[in-house]
Amino acid sequence: MTILFVLITASSFVAVIFLIAFIWSVKTGQFDDSYTPSVRALFDDDTIPENPSPEIKESSNNENE
Amino acid sequence: MAKENQKCIHCGEDCGKYPIIWDDKPFCCNGCKTVYQLLNENKLYTYYEMEKSPGVRVDEHEFGTKFAYLEEEEIKAKLLEFKDGDYSKITLYIPAIHCSSCIWLLEHLNTLNKGITHSIVNFVKKEVSVTFKEEEISLRQLVELLASIHYTPMITLDNMDGKSAKKEDRKLLFKLGVAGFVFGNIMMLSFPDYLAGEQGVEPALQRFFNFLNLILALPVLLYSARDYLLSAYKNLIHGVINTDLPISIGIVALFSQSAYEILSNSGTGYMDSFSGFVFFLLIGKWYQNKTYQALAFDRDYKSYFPIAITKIVDEKEEITQIKDLEEGDRILVRHHELIPVDATLVKGIANIDYSFVTGESNAVNKLVGEPVYAGGKQMGAAIEMTVNKSVDQSSLTKLWNQTEGGIVPKKTLNNMVDRTSKWFTIIVISLALITMLVWFFIDPPRAISIFTAVLIVACPCALALSIPFTYGNSMRIYGKRGFYIKNSQVIENLSKVDTVVFDKTGTITQSNALDINFNGKEEPNREQLSFIKSLARQSTHPLSVSLYQHLSNLDSHYVESYKEVAGKGVEGYINQVKIKIGSALYVGAQVNQEEEFMSRVYVSIDEDYLGFFSLENKYRDGLTTLIKQLKKKYEVHLISGDNEGERNKLLQWFGENKFMHFNQKPADKFEYIKQLQAQGKNVLMIGDGLNDAGALNKSNVGITIADDIYNFSPACDGIMESGKFKSLYRFIRFSKSSIRVVKFSFLISLLYNTIGLGFAVNGLLTPIVAAILMPVSSVTVVVFVTLATNISALISDNK
Repeated sequence: MTILFVLITASSFVAVIFLIAFIWSVKTGQFDDSYTPSVRALFDDDTIPENPSPEIKESSNNENE
Repeated sequence: MAKENQKCIHCGEDCGKYPIIWDDKPFCCNGCKTVYQLLNENKLYTYYEMEKSPGVRVDEHEFGTKFAYLEEEEIKAKLLEFKDGDYSKITLYIPAIHCSSCIWLLEHLNTLNKGITHSIVNFVKKEVSVTFKEEEISLRQLVELLASIHYTPMITLDNMDGKSAKKEDRKLLFKLGVAGFVFGNIMMLSFPDYLAGEQGVEPALQRFFNFLNLILALPVLLYSARDYLLSAYKNLIHGVINTDLPISIGIVALFSQSAYEILSNSGTGYMDSFSGFVFFLLIGKWYQNKTYQALAFDRDYKSYFPIAITKIVDEKEEITQIKDLEEGDRILVRHHELIPVDATLVKGIANIDYSFVTGESNAVNKLVGEPVYAGGKQMGAAIEMTVNKSVDQSSLTKLWNQTEGGIVPKKTLNNMVDRTSKWFTIIVISLALITMLVWFFIDPPRAISIFTAVLIVACPCALALSIPFTYGNSMRIYGKRGFYIKNSQVIENLSKVDTVVFDKTGTITQSNALDINFNGKEEPNREQLSFIKSLARQSTHPLSVSLYQHLSNLDSHYVESYKEVAGKGVEGYINQVKIKIGSALYVGAQVNQEEEFMSRVYVSIDEDYLGFFSLENKYRDGLTTLIKQLKKKYEVHLISGDNEGERNKLLQWFGENKFMHFNQKPADKFEYIKQLQAQGKNVLMIGDGLNDAGALNKSNVGITIADDIYNFSPACDGIMESGKFKSLYRFIRFSKSSIRVVKFSFLISLLYNTIGLGFAVNGLLTPIVAAILMPVSSVTVVVFVTLATNISALISDNK
């Protein structure tokens, strides 16, 4: 049964690590905005399409290449 | 190709008859076209693929020197969050943020300008944080860029006061995290004891668990529960008993009894109940505190005022901060700019719209040499003025400071829960003492532990949770229906209201719509109307502007020898026909005294009086029904800063003249509310402008109505979307059902307390009984109040 003392001490130690992780996450502002990241995740990567969508053609006076 | 009802590809507005075509796409205005071009050039087409009509419609802008003040070092230093070498960071509030396309576009600012390195949107707060290199793009250019894509940031005097801290929010999260962590671990360490049955856990192991629990519980007592303990202590010193007292008694009793049992090795203690109790309490607090971050309920004149204005020094224009303005300075106020200080007009024609400040619906004309009070907006060509008083001394600022002494938070004492707590505490403590006394005779050594057992079980956990969850949920229900309240106290105040006071302009009338009708010998024909329209277009007087908008679908003509007489009217020739529009006197019409007050535009053609256009305020939809509903149970009053022009029309709703008051200055409104309250009335004030600010703050509940809830509104308890005006009666009724839900949940939790007391008084309260009773009672109450508020909201919707 004595092994329980070691195990519980170890598990408490691990739990404390998670608590610290939580405090860190709050401190770095991860809980400040719980909405925007959910939208951001749905955006495609920032690659600009080679052929613009059929709906919106590239304009003729497009100089900023 | 221009067919009717084409939708602008950028903003989705109706393009009207003549859309602007660029790249084969229809646009409603040049502004939208410019944004489209800008986005197209930078290959940000994805913007248009995300939503059907993502853009925000803003009228065209010529920025000119509008944002020139952002080049002032002092202003920049205050606005920038930090500056580190080349990089600067600023957080800007942009009310226009409304959809996922907005987030996408604002987070791709770096493709629009290389100087911007990084931008992050906080959608809930409607803020964007931009990191940029000042060498490549100045703050002014950045703001102009944002404004040009129709995301104009709101920068007001308020921004200069430094950043308001969001630390409080985070502190609660820390406390909640710690309590949750401890609760989980103590539960795990306590379970062996619950499940071991008769023989119990091995003593050495149990002692180890107990000590671990004690160590774990310490941060909960000293950190997570600190606010409750401190608040109870502070109130007790002042002889006040509030909810935090019974909660603190419970916390202290639980902890000290447990610590005693553990240290004396006489039992396992109630650390599981203790940490669970604090954890649940904090969840309730967090749930209740989640309010509308993007809305501001405590704005004062500072958020209405701009930061800077154009000053004229030696014939040259210079940008200066408003707070630095001194007596004798000469300032330039352009079209649509706000007059920040009391000043005297020295050049130009002042045509000032005070509707937001005083409630007057008509613009006020001032001539050179006349004094002009702060707060109005100039409509028309630029004017020059000399400053009479500095900002702090100006009439508007003074009014603000006098009537309110700043913004005082409304009293939250003596509310329902505090009254209940008072009785609750007294009863619990006397019961505990009696029990102790009785046990002293039966079994003296157990008396103390049973005393604490009573205190423990009487701990108002469910009671303390019912309020935050009922009110928190009610606030969400209100929010979904377009009514946003500042905090949960407002619900209780709203339920007690017995008198409703309305402001007129902008509150019961629509702020941007007028009923325009022609009265005269004969209706003008189409050609005459188009002449009137062309003439009205030349003037910036609000009445002309309204008339022009009303007639805007007619043809335009060239106006010759146009002349404007300030405060009187305008005239000009179109196709050799002389047209005059303006006041009765100017045009040559005969009117009686009463009619002078009315908003009318008189017309003559070739000096022949034709008739007049009456411009009447359009009342909000559902006003008749709403007032009928309200009148059944409440006294309904009207106080208006406007003239009596529409008295007769208003009489049909408000019934008696004694309930209607006109020409009321902001201070009069404040006094009026004060008088009503002196008669013992609970007043609900509904207003919209700065002129109502004093009354809104004085009233028991002050609600502002806003077309755009993110724009400026004076300090208040709640903001209502203007479209939801007719639901006001339902909102008040719903607050009453919320209160009923709270009362019922009090009964439920008291029932649990009684059951627990049955165990405690007989000395049967074991840790496992406490550990079951507490969560079960809390969960029942939370489930009950959530269901009950939702159901009563549904019932209220269908009635």
